[in-house]
Amino acid sequence: MDGTILLFLLQDGITNGAVYALLGIAIVLIFAVTRVIFIPQGELVAFGALTYALLEAGRLPGTVWLTLAFGALAFAFDLAASLSTGIDARKLTRSAGLTLALPAALLAVTYGVAGAGFGPGVHILLTLALVTPLGPYIYRVAFQPIASASILALLITAVGVHLALVGLGLVFFGAEGVRAPSLSELTLELGPLLVSGQSLVIYAVTLLAIGALWFFFERTLWGKALKATAVNRLGARLVGIRTTFAGALAFGLAALVGALSGILIAPVTTIYYDTGFLIGLKGFVAAIVGALASYPLTAVAALAVGIVEAFSSFVASDLKEVIVFMLIIPVLVWRSLTQPHVEEED
Amino acid sequence: MTSPPAATHAQPLRSEAPMTARSEAALPPTTAGGPQTEDQRSIPRGRLKLPPLEPCIAIAVFAAIMAVLPLVPGVPLFAITLIGNIGLAALVALGLVLLTGVGGMTSFGQAAFCGFGAYTTAVLTTTYGWSPWATLPVALLVAGSAAVVLGLLTVRLSGHFLPLGTLAWGISLYYLFGTLDILGRHDGISGIPPFSIAGHDLTDPRTVHYLIWGLVIGAAILTMHLLDSRVGRAIRALRRGQLAGESFGIDAARMKLVVFVYAALLAGLSGWLYAHVTRTVTQTPFGINAGIEYLFMAVLGGAGQIFGAVVGAGLVTVLKEALQRVLPQVFGHGVQLEAVVFGILLVGLLQVAREGVWPHIAALWPARGRPVPPDAPALARRGASAAPSEKLLVLDGAVKKYGGLTAVNAVSFAVGRGEIVALIGPNGAGKSTTFNLITGVTRLTTGAVRFEGMDITGAPPQEIARLGIARTFQHVKLNPEMSVLENVALGAHLRGHAGVLASMLRLDRRDEARLLGEARRQIERVGLAEHMLKPAGSLALGQQRVVEIARALALDPVLLLLDEPAAGLRHKEKEALAALLRSLRAQGMSVLLVEHDMGFVMGLTDHIVVLDFGTKIAEGPPAAIKTNPQVLEAYLGGVA
Amino acid sequence: MSVEPGIRPGAVEATVLLDIAGASIAYGKVRAVEGASLRVGAGEIVTVIGANGAGKSTLLNATMGALPLAAGTMTFLGRDVGRLAVEERVALGLSLVPERRELFSTMSVEDNLVLGGFRVARAVARDTLAEVYDRFPRLKERRRQLAGTMSGGERQMLAMGRALMGRPKLLMLDEPSLGLAPRIVADIFRIIADLRASGVSILLVEQNARAALAAADVAHVMELGTVTLSGPAAVLARDERVIESYLGFH
Repeated sequence: MDGTILLFLLQDGITNGAVYALLGIAIVLIFAVTRVIFIPQGELVAFGALTYALLEAGRLPGTVWLTLAFGALAFAFDLAASLSTGIDARKLTRSAGLTLALPAALLAVTYGVAGAGFGPGVHILLTLALVTPLGPYIYRVAFQPIASASILALLITAVGVHLALVGLGLVFFGAEGVRAPSLSELTLELGPLLVSGQSLVIYAVTLLAIGALWFFFERTLWGKALKATAVNRLGARLVGIRTTFAGALAFGLAALVGALSGILIAPVTTIYYDTGFLIGLKGFVAAIVGALASYPLTAVAALAVGIVEAFSSFVASDLKEVIVFMLIIPVLVWRSLTQPHVEEED
Repeated sequence: MTSPPAATHAQPLRSEAPMTARSEAALPPTTAGGPQTEDQRSIPRGRLKLPPLEPCIAIAVFAAIMAVLPLVPGVPLFAITLIGNIGLAALVALGLVLLTGVGGMTSFGQAAFCGFGAYTTAVLTTTYGWSPWATLPVALLVAGSAAVVLGLLTVRLSGHFLPLGTLAWGISLYYLFGTLDILGRHDGISGIPPFSIAGHDLTDPRTVHYLIWGLVIGAAILTMHLLDSRVGRAIRALRRGQLAGESFGIDAARMKLVVFVYAALLAGLSGWLYAHVTRTVTQTPFGINAGIEYLFMAVLGGAGQIFGAVVGAGLVTVLKEALQRVLPQVFGHGVQLEAVVFGILLVGLLQVAREGVWPHIAALWPARGRPVPPDAPALARRGASAAPSEKLLVLDGAVKKYGGLTAVNAVSFAVGRGEIVALIGPNGAGKSTTFNLITGVTRLTTGAVRFEGMDITGAPPQEIARLGIARTFQHVKLNPEMSVLENVALGAHLRGHAGVLASMLRLDRRDEARLLGEARRQIERVGLAEHMLKPAGSLALGQQRVVEIARALALDPVLLLLDEPAAGLRHKEKEALAALLRSLRAQGMSVLLVEHDMGFVMGLTDHIVVLDFGTKIAEGPPAAIKTNPQVLEAYLGGVA
Repeated sequence: MSVEPGIRPGAVEATVLLDIAGASIAYGKVRAVEGASLRVGAGEIVTVIGANGAGKSTLLNATMGALPLAAGTMTFLGRDVGRLAVEERVALGLSLVPERRELFSTMSVEDNLVLGGFRVARAVARDTLAEVYDRFPRLKERRRQLAGTMSGGERQMLAMGRALMGRPKLLMLDEPSLGLAPRIVADIFRIIADLRASGVSILLVEQNARAALAAADVAHVMELGTVTLSGPAAVLARDERVIESYLGFH
């Protein structure tokens, strides 16, 4: 392995690692606020990528129907909850607006935009708008009803959601893979290394997204409220933060980040309806290194995962996945030892 | 049967900072996550009641039906094949029931162990020409060894790290199966010979049916025996947290590994059968989706229920078959919706019926009352120790620091033989920490603990229990679903000997009878005979504390450590408890107790140690403590 | 400096702020509180004393909505609040300082306080923050410090300050003296008296019966989940049974 290959693998690893970092951060965010280990984060990435690639290809993405369906389901849950506690017209109208009117409006807009020759900018915004609401809808339907259940029940639910989303991905997007055109045709020569514009875009967007999340959590009341919910759920409720809203917000942010990651990787690799799972799990490895709690540690670990993956696919491409996933085990053991599970007796 | 979580969640408003979330390793049906959970609804006991049914009769009836089924004319071949598939899945689900439902360890990776069994026999029969029967021990050995290696790593994982770990190695092994040349890479191995008996190939599903279901029923019986034994109680004690078990000498890590390997062996057995039934092995049935399906079966059937495994396997397998037939007709070919349906069902199941299907079926029969165990020969008592000159228990300059905080600061005191000593002090004074230092739950920062003249500083709880120190807990740690009798029998764990094999083969009955007899005697001794067969969780909190005392007595201890034994007791019950402790003292037992009820303490104890802010501020006989100005100040605060 | 100017001290006897009638609270099948009743009038300090495990904290938690009511009613300001979520009760003016404080330990003192005012308008929160800093100068000195690094007494002050940021009409305190040195306990009770003087009503659960009875107007004794004695605090402080069980060794 000479220096150029080394550099090339390093760059490849960092590019993938940047996307895993976004994923890992989204997974940490959801876990911290809701205790849900969100296995299907990768599906949101795949949906984002597929949506963007299809829009770029001038086709109507199945996401519109998916969002519409999940919105209707979320409304059904709100309605049922409302019927059992006494109807609150104001709440219900608000819910209808967010779960029925919004996806309908998105459908109309997408019909107008798809194939009408708009540029990547519009397609990116539309992709984000289509995928982001899925987060809160999924939270409403699958997780909010059992919000106080054990982490394990939430994890099994997450696995169920993963199964359903992969299947729905096939239904709404079909089995064929798609790839979007690069976001930038530029190439940069750095010594022996050719850095593609797409890689630069990935680095820039990842850094910007991390910066924006930092600003949100450190400088805004809502961000602080989310953080507070993560630190102490009961304390958050006692100051009047609705944990269900915090949960929906966390899922919304995670879906936004997922869609963004999808747009970033759509030009890099061919995406199928079920590609998301493996990508998402790599974000997971990073999130677990960060103990599902630390954002910076997660980001660093994600870069490491990307690099390990790049090198193992060069050295033993068949065993790439085996190596990456077996890496979790020592990490888990280390985490278990450093955060021993204590049974408090006070 | 909902478990009243009060026993384990005595402190309702505990913040749930996610990184330190409590042990939620157990499966949903019995883990009430917190005070606001809605999963405390109980199983509706159907009005329809069938006559009582002994499990052995139920199994015999089921076995008879299975035996007759292939002979019934008109039963189509595909139905027999389907039932065979149910049997194969039920074996894996049975292991998961034990692992997840009983032991509290969730695994998404069981399908990989099927893979070990299947690939082992596939390679040995096709490449090396072994007979299918001869490969069974090797298949089990391979699956078992893999389980030992993965288990050593996995069972140590805490909380939700454990299921994530299984997910990780589940995926890794799936890819590994598809990568290795010897396993035929992605094409797998075909042309595997069928089972054959005396030259007759068992290629007809009707004959293989007997082999499959014979093994399923055999495994179910062995598993049932295992659960209803000394080892079974230890396994069942795991899911409620390890501390209680360890305090009675159970090696929790080893027990977990045993369960893990047992579940893997059942999966390996299923894989071995599968290879010779389908005669082709590829990586697909051993991937993570299959692992999720097996877990789904266990949860759907009712995790923790042996019959639930069969019911869950049956429902999922039939549903899958039906979906594969129906959905393409409705939605057109090429669209596989069964994953969607499974996913939605799994999500829905956790929302509406987390306890699974079996408890609802079981509710059709009246609750089966087990008889009070007959009197059995008493267990051997602990030999009298050579009484050294030192006091029984000596705490010498014990210090415990947590970061910058000193919870226990240079505390020294002693408990003499046949003495009742009380540790008192305001909340947060360090009493419970002191208890944990003595019982090995927490390690001392500096200082020493000596018992019978022996240095026990830093010894683990199991070792402390072996030496004859038994304890109760401030927050009751009983298994609420187990009967009072079984909970107390857990206390006598170290006095029995039967192991896993003996339990499965029912060679443990004499040992078991003596353990239960001892438990019965201790329950009668503390005056709870009428509650002996009730689930421990159904008793009032005060009575549960007394059950804990009976459990401690079953250890045949030299020293009893009681953490707030009188809390929650009514006046008469407190008097009875005091009388019991006095009679124990008269028989030479030593007692160290933490208690808030001053009336109780003053009238009972020989010696009192007062802690405040982790420091001993006074000790002496009750009369002296009552009038000690420092004690009065600590108790009444500076506001008086 | 008034934290809650809405209630005039003159109207004390007239308005019942909180009315709990026949409340039963259970964990699963086990009832922790059985048929408890009590009222808190505007401007009053009401205390509930009793041993560990008597059900005092359970009652407070249920009043806050963190535990469901198995039977009985709860009315706050004339409105049935028995089925409302914690957050909705906060919005109505109920506030709880729980036994474990439940601070946001990895966040700064000021962030904790700012979040305490999550439900109130920005401008009001800003004024209230100034008031809280006036009442607890120590918190102002330590505003940048992480809540988790503060001493026990400071954390109790922060928990009370955070609760006051929501401008509650009724402040519920669960064992505010727990684990604090006697000198700090005296400080806390001085603050409680100050708060009442500025118009906040207080429901106080305490094991330190002597201090609680000295501070309160009305007292209730809980034993094994039921209220066994009720009356003016001064009367209960002289009651033989109370003295025997809670105030001394004999």
